[in-house]
Amino acid sequence: MSTAQQRKIRVLIAKPGLDGHDRGAKVIARALRDAGFEVVYTGLHQTPEMIVSAAVEEDVHVVGMSILSGAHNALVPEVIDGLKAAGLTDCLYLVGGIIPDEDIAGLRQLGVHMVFTPGASLADVTNYIRDNAPSRE
Amino acid sequence: MSNSETPNKKGSSGADLERVYAEWDRKRIEGEKKVPSRTAKFTTWSDMDVPLVSTPLDLDKTGFDYLRDLGMPGEFPYTRGVQRNMFRGKLWTMRQFAGFSTAEETNKRFKLLLEHGQTGLSTAFDMPTLMGYDADSPKSRGEVGKCGVAVSSLEDMERLYEGIPLGEVTTSMTINGPAIVILAMYFAVAEKQGVAREKVRGTLQNDILKEYIAQKEWLFPVEPAVKLVIDTIEHGTKFYPNWNTVSISGYHIREAGATAVQELAFTLADGLAYVDECLKRGMKIDDFAPRLSFFFDVHNDFFEEIAKFRAARRIWARLMRDRYGAKDPRSWMLRTHAQTAGVSLTAQQPYGNIVRVAVQALAGILGGTNSLHTNSMDETLALPTDESVMIALRTQQIIAEESGVANVVDPLGGSYFVESLTSRVEAEALEYIRKIDEMGGMIKAVEKGFPQAEIANSAYHFQRQLEAKEKVMVGVNKYQIDEPKRALNTLYIDRSVEKAQIQKLEALRIRRSAAAVERTLAAVKSTAQAGGNLCGPIEEAVKAYATLQEVCDTLRGVYGIYRESGSF
Repeated sequence: MSTAQQRKIRVLIAKPGLDGHDRGAKVIARALRDAGFEVVYTGLHQTPEMIVSAAVEEDVHVVGMSILSGAHNALVPEVIDGLKAAGLTDCLYLVGGIIPDEDIAGLRQLGVHMVFTPGASLADVTNYIRDNAPSRE
Repeated sequence: MSNSETPNKKGSSGADLERVYAEWDRKRIEGEKKVPSRTAKFTTWSDMDVPLVSTPLDLDKTGFDYLRDLGMPGEFPYTRGVQRNMFRGKLWTMRQFAGFSTAEETNKRFKLLLEHGQTGLSTAFDMPTLMGYDADSPKSRGEVGKCGVAVSSLEDMERLYEGIPLGEVTTSMTINGPAIVILAMYFAVAEKQGVAREKVRGTLQNDILKEYIAQKEWLFPVEPAVKLVIDTIEHGTKFYPNWNTVSISGYHIREAGATAVQELAFTLADGLAYVDECLKRGMKIDDFAPRLSFFFDVHNDFFEEIAKFRAARRIWARLMRDRYGAKDPRSWMLRTHAQTAGVSLTAQQPYGNIVRVAVQALAGILGGTNSLHTNSMDETLALPTDESVMIALRTQQIIAEESGVANVVDPLGGSYFVESLTSRVEAEALEYIRKIDEMGGMIKAVEKGFPQAEIANSAYHFQRQLEAKEKVMVGVNKYQIDEPKRALNTLYIDRSVEKAQIQKLEALRIRRSAAAVERTLAAVKSTAQAGGNLCGPIEEAVKAYATLQEVCDTLRGVYGIYRESGSF
């Protein structure tokens, strides 16, 4: 039994914007589920508002946004602002996808806890969440 | 000897191959006690078993028959290629996919590529364009000009191909959901250049089924979306004799995680669905089938990819002739574009990508592709720079001019291994096609989510194998090094592109005739409601400078939109 199962960590995997590249999002969602987390996947083409409302509704511990289209600098701040405004502050904010190195610091400053770029393994993501997800119920 | 069923099984010495093989195998097993195999099982990138060595015995197992299964190049079933003299006559088209930022910037990249010997254009559109949104839509925020060029109106299209003679180059356009609108714009530009529509040559991707399956840039529910594809095939068949109306695409299916066999099977099944719909509309097979074209991925596994291309041609030729009764040999021929596998590129040690691309390109060429895009080494990091695009183009030119492979047709034909692999890929793909036929065809299979689920399973399976190091990616899960954060210069598209695009669109909206836009969009709407062919009305609308989104919103009003479930 993993700690994830005991703590019921709830993770939202979200695809903001128009980007249709969902291979990574789906693979990660499945790996997290197999690791014992509770996973909700938003499906494609979500506006920041839709992602925030899904996160609130599911009362998740982790919001993972997958973006491969280059729109991260426009979309991630809107999602994070929305999550904070909705009171989901005790929450792990993650971004994965094709994120140029020079954009990572900016995303971290906005409150993104970790950015996973190509080559990150499923184990990297799973372990990070297990170690860092908030402990609230 | 010449008519013997198994000409190679008895040598001149009278030795029997089966006995020789058995003896050799015994010694091999003995030898492997000293030098064991590196792993317990050897498989292709897509997990097909690979034999240590192939012999004529393998060909016998599949019932290989040269004349039936291969024949001569340029002849049924086209296993060896669609032209008799293949690359001796004309090299494959070197077609680098390009598109980023504004129409003006992409136009410059096009001209650079043409100057350096590229022989055809290939246009990448940005996400908003692919989804039928204008640059000034709130949905487009942050996406304008990022993954391709932003085209919101005919004006952008005019700038995109400015100074490029559309009667002389062939153009491929990667657009699907709103393909019918972009096609209308392209022919409107050609008309403005004074080029007769019969002279315009190129390809519209226009393969909406693979959008639901893999690329996921859709606008409408499946049925009306397929109807629009059939509209363009019908219209193109009548008026655009040298235009490939659809490029039935496996590339995205593969990139989304499909195996080689799944890529092949789902792509051909998509093609069959379009053929069925055209026939339902009353079109004749030999009128439209010659203008159907294909687009496949070329992935890592050299022989598996070559087998895939060869099997693709054989399956399609037989289906067209035997299932649909096509009589025109051009209906039997599977002509294809290919692109090296974007998903195989690594952000780690990116210079290694040049080598991956070269090996994949060679496989595509030996597989007999008719057109090829070679990826740039930096495409996993960002859009490619001028320098990296040039290396990718030079890769093709070096293979074409220096390696000698373009001088001979299908040099791997007759290889015991390649022929038996081709037959196995063919058999497994046909099995999938049979399953899809049983579901009622690909439209039904897509609505059920069948290919989507198969691909998701394969993608997950592969990622697991990668993490278990059962599959190796150099620099990713083996031979890693500590690298400086940025090994390459990359192309960066900033938000100013979005602002400029929005300003141009605002000016256009003021300048154009609002009455003409309103009138032509009303005609689009009434034709959509009546179920008529929309190509004509949409052409009128884009010529009146109705924007892409205005046309698409009109159609969304009639057809509704598509939503995918969040299953994974």
